[in-house]
Amino acid sequence: MGEWSSARVWRSRVYRYRLIAGRCRSCGRAHYPPANACPYCGSRDLDEVELPRVGRLISYSVVYATPFEDRDRSPVVIGLIDLGIARLVAEVVDVKPGDLRVGDRVEAVFRRIAVDGNTGLIVYGIKFRPVRVG
Amino acid sequence: MALMPERGAGIHGWGVYIPRFRIPMQEIAREWGWPDHQWRALGMMEKAVAGPDEDSTTMGLEASLNAIRRAGVNPKDIGAVFFGTESKPYAVKPSATIIAEAIGATPLTMASDLEFACRAASEGIKASIGLVTSGMVKYALVIGSDTAQANPGDVLEFTASSGAAAFIIGSSKGSAAVFEGSSTYVTDTPDFWRREGSPYPRHGEGFTGEPAYFAHIIGAVRGLMDKLGLKPSDFNYAVFHQPNGRFPLKVGEMLGFKPEQLKLGLVTPMIGNTYNGSALIGLARILDYAKPGERILVAPFGSGAGSDAYSLIVTDVVEEKRGRAPLVDDYINDKISIPYSVYAKFRELIRVVRE
Repeated sequence: MGEWSSARVWRSRVYRYRLIAGRCRSCGRAHYPPANACPYCGSRDLDEVELPRVGRLISYSVVYATPFEDRDRSPVVIGLIDLGIARLVAEVVDVKPGDLRVGDRVEAVFRRIAVDGNTGLIVYGIKFRPVRVG
Repeated sequence: MALMPERGAGIHGWGVYIPRFRIPMQEIAREWGWPDHQWRALGMMEKAVAGPDEDSTTMGLEASLNAIRRAGVNPKDIGAVFFGTESKPYAVKPSATIIAEAIGATPLTMASDLEFACRAASEGIKASIGLVTSGMVKYALVIGSDTAQANPGDVLEFTASSGAAAFIIGSSKGSAAVFEGSSTYVTDTPDFWRREGSPYPRHGEGFTGEPAYFAHIIGAVRGLMDKLGLKPSDFNYAVFHQPNGRFPLKVGEMLGFKPEQLKLGLVTPMIGNTYNGSALIGLARILDYAKPGERILVAPFGSGAGSDAYSLIVTDVVEEKRGRAPLVDDYINDKISIPYSVYAKFRELIRVVRE
């Protein structure tokens, strides 16, 4: 099996499909994806919270040197996104890099995040795109 | 008039997803040497194209989230997820379970992928009405989603597009539109098919019209109107499967409907034929604008061949649900135009050798 074994895909599915973050009962901050300990204060007293699906783009990088399997989406935009109670790093899609601005409102979208060759698993997860609807 | 069990069920939420990318008809015509009258005769302007990381499952999930927002239901109360498509990402492995997991309906729910060309999702609607009215499930989620394939250069390439529609079906009480009755008409008709392992479908050219599309929709709609004692003028809106921009207008005329009844539900000229999404995106657009008390006829069609006709009465709840998710027109108007080369790359028409 390659990087995306059945076990890995299965184990991470809920957090890839839904924006479920870890929330620290000690310092109150949230982190995504959930970890065993709070990355801010180290506490292991955590619960889970579903993050909002709309946020703001804090910063982004445009990656031209993509792996070959991502060449069909190149250049790939990687954004730092503020969802209010947590920040996360995710791919930003459906936009030409030149049209993107820091501060843009972005929304979560469900997309393929990896495809294991022609016969392996399709891995789904959350990316973001600029809000233009509604 | 016979008592219709369908009256116990209604639509609690509706939602769509249409990808952002569009290819204009001129691009396809220029690339393959078609005259402009070829696509003008289809009543088409442009079609929606799924991005390189989209497929019928991803689009179906987005439409489902919009339907759930409108319905305002707890996903744990969804007892059945039906996914109708003819562009399955996996030949073997359900998309319905991926969607059920992503919306939070798992594990105590049914989940099935359905196949009947462009009317698989419509079979899901009918099955959901049965499950809901019998009390077996509280709510059912039905999704129609396709990234329709067409052999490059085939006339089908003008229309085959990408999009999804989803509906939450539950008890008629509290629903935005109540089912009034339904009728189904199927025969073994070889008008359009794709063999196992074949990347593109084949079709019987002119044979797709008269004995297939027209005969089956007319059979289902007349069956419904006979059952309910209704005539075309009793409906405010009618929406049929839309393989192109012309067929639905023609079948409407043959059945005695006026163009004004068909206009709102006709979306294919702007986004193409989204196959399982086709008539259902049209229905969603009608629900985006319909007034309480209005009556809607919806008749999906699938090759092979069959059609279902449903009559729906809009309730006053429709108005408070409408603003909870983007409208069909929001998605239609949100677009990025792409040339044929980008379309070919996105839809994997260019052969790339991967390890």
